[in-house]
Amino acid sequence: MANPAFHRPAMPGPQPVVDTKVITAPVSRAAPLLAASGGEVSDRIFRLAMLTCGLAVLAVLALIVYELVLRSALSWHAFGLKFFTGRDWDPVSEQFGALPFVYGTLVSSLLALIIAVPLAVGVAVFTTEMCPRVLRGPLSFFVELLAAIPSVIYGLWAIFVLVPILTSYVQPFLSKTLGWTKLFEGPSFGYSMLAAGIILAIMIVPIVSSITREVLMVVPQHQREAALALGATRWEMIRIGVLRNARAGIMGAVILGLGRALGETMAVTMVIGNRPEISRSLLAPGYTMASVLANEFSEATGNVYLSALIEIGLALFLVTIVVNALARLLVWTVTRGQPARGHA
Amino acid sequence: MLETATVAPVQHAVPPISWRRRMTDHVMTGVAVLTVILVLVPLVAIFGYLVYRGVGSINWAFLTQTPKPVGEAGGGMANAIIGSAFILGIASVIGVPFGVGAGIYLAEYGRHRFGDVIRFTADVLNGVPSIVIGIVAYSIVVLYQRHFSALAGGVALAIMMIPTITRTTEEMLLLVPQALREASFGLGIPRWRTTLSITLRTATSGVITGIMLAFARVAGETAPLLFTAFGNQYWNLHTDQPTAALPLQIFTYAISPYDEWHRQAWAGALVLIILIVTAVGAVRFAVRRGTFGTA
Repeated sequence: MANPAFHRPAMPGPQPVVDTKVITAPVSRAAPLLAASGGEVSDRIFRLAMLTCGLAVLAVLALIVYELVLRSALSWHAFGLKFFTGRDWDPVSEQFGALPFVYGTLVSSLLALIIAVPLAVGVAVFTTEMCPRVLRGPLSFFVELLAAIPSVIYGLWAIFVLVPILTSYVQPFLSKTLGWTKLFEGPSFGYSMLAAGIILAIMIVPIVSSITREVLMVVPQHQREAALALGATRWEMIRIGVLRNARAGIMGAVILGLGRALGETMAVTMVIGNRPEISRSLLAPGYTMASVLANEFSEATGNVYLSALIEIGLALFLVTIVVNALARLLVWTVTRGQPARGHA
Repeated sequence: MLETATVAPVQHAVPPISWRRRMTDHVMTGVAVLTVILVLVPLVAIFGYLVYRGVGSINWAFLTQTPKPVGEAGGGMANAIIGSAFILGIASVIGVPFGVGAGIYLAEYGRHRFGDVIRFTADVLNGVPSIVIGIVAYSIVVLYQRHFSALAGGVALAIMMIPTITRTTEEMLLLVPQALREASFGLGIPRWRTTLSITLRTATSGVITGIMLAFARVAGETAPLLFTAFGNQYWNLHTDQPTAALPLQIFTYAISPYDEWHRQAWAGALVLIILIVTAVGAVRFAVRRGTFGTA
C-alpha cells in the first residue's frame, strides 16, 4: 500500500482512504468541469424554456376560448338562446338566427358518415384481415394520400366533376326512384346538401379507416385463432373475433371522422349552394356553420353581425371539442389495452 | 372396426361448413374488395383530372406573372406562390420552435399528470376547425394591426402546426433508447446538453418528418387565410400587408364565373399539389439517406 508507484484507478464503490490528496484532487478537477459544461443553472433554464413551450399549447387553447367568448358576448346578450332556434339570417335588419346553419352542418356531416363509415371500415378490415401482405403497404399509402389533398382541391374537383355528374345523372335518378321519401325531390341544381355530403365522405374516409385499422391491429391475435379453431369461416372470425372486440375503438374512429366533417369548410362551401334555408330534400342547397363564416366573415359590417358570426364559431368550436374528446377517450380505451366495456 | 370407430367422432366434432356460411364468407370478402375500389376511384379521379386539366393550363406566364384583370387573358399566380411561401415561412418560424419545445417537454419531463393535460390539449387543438383558428388569428392580430396581413395568416397556420409537431416530436424522442441518455449522463454531460445533442440529434429524422407533415397539412389550408392573409392581386412581402396565397387564389378563381380563371385554378391546384408532394418527398428522401449514413 505504501508503494507510491501503485495508483488505484478511480472506480465507484468504497475507496480506501490512504491519502488526503487522492480525495481532494478529483474534486478540484471535477468542479471546474461541471461549471464549464453548464451545470444546474442552465439545466433549470432549459427545463423552464421547454415548460414554456408546453404551456404555450395550453395557452393557445385558452386564448381561443377567451377570444371567442369575449367577442361573441354582444350577440349572446342580444339574442340569447333564441340565436340557435331562430331561422332568419338577415344582416340588414340585424336579425340573426343560426338554425339553418346548425341544421346544414349536422345533416351534411351525418350524410357523410352514412356514406363513409361502411367504406372506411371495409377498407380497414380488408387491409388488416384479408389482403395479401404485399398489397398492405401500398393500399394504406394510397388511402392516406387522400388525406394529403388540400380541401380547396377537393372543392375544385367537386365543382367541375362531381356536381355535373350529380346534376345530370344521380339526382334525376334519385328523385325518380326515391322521390316518394321526400328526401330527394325538387329541381336538381347539383349544388346541394347531397353534393356536400358526398365530398365530405370522400374526405373523412382516410381518417376513419386509418384509426379503425389501428384499432383492429391491437385486437389480440389469440381472439382470431380461437374463432378459427372453433371452426369459424374467415368472415365469422372477423365478425366475432375482431369487429366485436374493436367496436368501442371503431366508434371512436367514427366520431373522430364526425369531428372532422363538422369543421370542414372549403370543399363544403364550394358545393353546398350557400342558401340559409332548411329543406327536407337533400337535393336542395343548404348552408353550414363553417361555410357562413368563410363567406361572410371578412365582409361583416357592424359589431352585432361580426359578433353573431363569432358566436357561430364558438358553437362550432365547442361541438368539435366535445366530439373530439369523446372520440379520443374511446380510442384510448381500446389501444391502451383495456378490454372495451359496454353492452353487446 | 378400429378405423371406423376413430373416424366417426372426428366427423361429428368438425361438421362441414355449410353452403350458406361459405357463401356469406365469399360475399363479405367481395364487399370488402368493393369498398376498397369505391375508395380508390375518387382518388384516381381527382389526381387524374387534376393532372389532365392542370398540365394543359400551366405555362411560363402562370409561374412568373401576377393576375391580370378580369377579361384579359394571360397572367399568373407568381405572387400567390411566393406569398404562400412567405406565409408558411412565418408560420414555421413561430410554430416549429414551440412545437418541438413542447414535444421535448412532454418526452423528457412530462411523465406525469400535467404532461397528460398538455398531451390531451394538443390532441384537442388538432381537432379544432381551421376556420375557428382563423377567427382567433383575426381577433388577436388583424384587429390590432387594423388590416389583414401576412403575419395574421402566419400566426393562424402556426397555431395549426404546433399540436402536430408536438405529438410527433414526443413520439420520436421516446423512441430514443434510454441507455443513450444514461451514457451521456454518465459522462457528466448536463441534461439540457444531453437532450439537445444526443436525444434530439438521434431523433432528428423523425422530428423533421413530423415538421414536414405539419407543414404539408397547413400548406393547403384555405379557411384560416380567408380573413387573415386575405389575398392580394399584387406582390407583397411586408408582414403587415394583405398577401396572396395559392390556396386562396384557387378558391377565388374556382368559384368565379370565368373560364380563364377556372383554367388558372386548375393550374394553381396542380402547382400546390406538386409543391406539397415534393416538399414532403424531398425531406423524406434526404432524411432517409441521412439516417443510413449515420447508422
